[in-house]
Amino acid sequence: MSDYGAALRRRGLELFSFTGGFLWAVRIAAVVVVIWGAVGSLTEGRLTFDQWKNLVVFGLAQGSVYALIALGYTMVYGVLRFINFAHGEVFMSGAMIGFFAARELNQHGLWSDRPVLGILIVLLVCMTTSTTVALIVERVAYRPLRQRPRLILLITAIGASFVLQYAFRGLFGAGVKSYPSIEALQGSWRILGFNVIKTQGVVILIAFGMMALLYTFVERTRTGRAMRAVAEDQETAELMGINVDRTIVTVFAVGGAMAGVAGLLWGLVFQQVFFFTGFLPGIKAFASAVLGGIGNIPGAMLGGLVLGQTESLGPSLVLSGLGVPSAHQLKDVIAFLVLVLVLVFRPTGLLGERVAEERA
Amino acid sequence: MKQHRLFWLIAVLVAALALVAAACGGDDDDEGAGGETTTEEPSGGALGTVEIAPGEPIKIASLQSISGATASLGTDQVRAIEIAIEDFGEVHGRSVELQSEDDGCAAEGGTTGMQRIVADPQVVGVIGTSCSGAGVPASQIASEAGLVMISGSNTSPSLTSDLEGNANDAFQPGYARTAHNDLIQGQAAAEYVFNELELTKIATIHDGDPYTEGLATAMGNAFTELGGDVVLATAVNKGDTDMRPVLTEVAASGAELLYFPIFQPEADFIVKQARDIQGLNAATMMAADGVLSDTFVSIPESEDMYFSGPAQPEGSAYEEFVGKYEEAYGERPIQAFHAHSYDAATLLLTLIQDVGEDRDGTLVIDREALRNALYETEGFEGLTGTITCDEFGDCADPKINILQNTAEQETIEQVQRNVLFTFEPSE
Repeated sequence: MSDYGAALRRRGLELFSFTGGFLWAVRIAAVVVVIWGAVGSLTEGRLTFDQWKNLVVFGLAQGSVYALIALGYTMVYGVLRFINFAHGEVFMSGAMIGFFAARELNQHGLWSDRPVLGILIVLLVCMTTSTTVALIVERVAYRPLRQRPRLILLITAIGASFVLQYAFRGLFGAGVKSYPSIEALQGSWRILGFNVIKTQGVVILIAFGMMALLYTFVERTRTGRAMRAVAEDQETAELMGINVDRTIVTVFAVGGAMAGVAGLLWGLVFQQVFFFTGFLPGIKAFASAVLGGIGNIPGAMLGGLVLGQTESLGPSLVLSGLGVPSAHQLKDVIAFLVLVLVLVFRPTGLLGERVAEERA
Repeated sequence: MKQHRLFWLIAVLVAALALVAAACGGDDDDEGAGGETTTEEPSGGALGTVEIAPGEPIKIASLQSISGATASLGTDQVRAIEIAIEDFGEVHGRSVELQSEDDGCAAEGGTTGMQRIVADPQVVGVIGTSCSGAGVPASQIASEAGLVMISGSNTSPSLTSDLEGNANDAFQPGYARTAHNDLIQGQAAAEYVFNELELTKIATIHDGDPYTEGLATAMGNAFTELGGDVVLATAVNKGDTDMRPVLTEVAASGAELLYFPIFQPEADFIVKQARDIQGLNAATMMAADGVLSDTFVSIPESEDMYFSGPAQPEGSAYEEFVGKYEEAYGERPIQAFHAHSYDAATLLLTLIQDVGEDRDGTLVIDREALRNALYETEGFEGLTGTITCDEFGDCADPKINILQNTAEQETIEQVQRNVLFTFEPSE
């Protein structure tokens, strides 16, 4: 009995181990179920081809909002290695204050007469609010605890999230606030054979523009390089003369600004905001960030878009094809199921985590 | 040093919380002890008796949704119960004390709220819950404790019967309601759509709540029975915001009308986003009493939409009640079920008056006799009509209105008055 034989047997055991076989079975089952459902739905001819294309556009609009919020989660995780659960509330605060600005503009007629200017003003208001809130949370809740174990930061983040939610409820009431609608954005455009609802077109446009801007900022500027350096290794970055505190503040500010943009887009698409608005999109965006690979900026964008498509297409394409009743009630189930499946087969997410090394 | 300070801060906080908890607990104990004076064998039926010592008040409880998104529904009813107690006056020469709990409009709230109520053995009966979802577990706990429970706004068919002599799953002995059974509201909506609008294909959407699911199913079944076709019966989640995919399905199904008896804000998203979907507009949509509020009918896209809901009571007795309500709370009734809860409370007090026996100054209420008397209620005149209970607790004198929100109506009161059709089940 040589060592070689033993090694081979161990190898063999690993290859054909129970877990490995089970995972392969799950993989195959998942693919079969998706194809079965999709073929079922498509051959049934329930939705026209145009309607399928509409679903893709709905998913794109929803996904790009998730992607913008997800950026904040992923960037903060990149530098501080914790999930900023208050980020959903940062997004809500932008949408909420943006509502007051939009209402004011609407009363002066600016919102519908000069929509481009109106949207720009509200966009600035949303971004400023969200950035300010993100910075306050960082300064008050996180900075004093930065040297403590990560778990303490995590619990603090949940606490900060509640504080923000109920502060907004106390300040502005529990009622649902309705964004005024923009006359010029009624109806839809025909783009490349796709029927795009105008508000959703604007949302997709702004979201992709912002993401491109952010990507350039992180990859091409000095501050962006500093952020990447701090994410890589905080201590070494400090030794290289990078002001870590300031870089972390920048990360929160940029993440907050993106959440603010998402706040405005939310106001445009769903026209509603109340103190609890941040919760579900926050969770979904967090899931997007994990889906794409937490800490990875393009990953967060991709994760958001994938999640948006899953939510929009999943129930109609897969579940209805399988004959599941009330498929749309299971929208969240499939969204999170996709997350679980991705994590089972690519534990680091779609594009992989960009975390240099695990630190204690 | 810093760590010590934090430790002390937490210790103080914990101690303070413990004190508060102890104080609250203490209160309950005091109240519980107050009524118990006799220790002799209960002489009544299988459920035992409530014995109230001379000079002690009679205790009843309310379990309503008084916090969160549906707070207005429960607050409206608690106020009505308070007015009912005041109007009724003394029962067997005693005052009536009301313990008010929150059902949170959910199963969890119904469970905890009812557990707090049954913890006090002196409580005779409960008016509640506001929401059917809370009513399912709450009625079970109340029933096991021997209480009678009368709701003024549970409408889910599951809590009583199919109206054809078969109890539904969640029916519990001791439970009754003065609100309509949604089988009747479903019938009303179906008849209007099929006979008056002359449509034959509908889609329904619920949100998983027993109330919405019960009503959507009832409407669908009644519509099928009339000869119509439910081309799509689907559901969304509470908390969903993007309704466009599900609305695309509705449009694809070829439905001529969409019935979505759900709550706000999900209903708001449906009506606002329907505009973007080809083939859907407000004239082909119908919702139910869950959205009959100012904030919903003021949404521009809800113009031309139809609604089903309980008819508002009429008559001098009701006007008098509204006057008292306005005087006491500074506004007119804010929701649809205050009169039903007023009737529920008055009915409970009347039953206590009838069943209670004075024995040497101690008031003895036999729980089983009270329960039997509840189901034997016949021809009780209330604000909402003549209340007669069947053996599964449906007591209402139901009148369902079909309303429409046109360009002329601005507020919910105006919409409530724009009645297109009134449905009363034939006896």
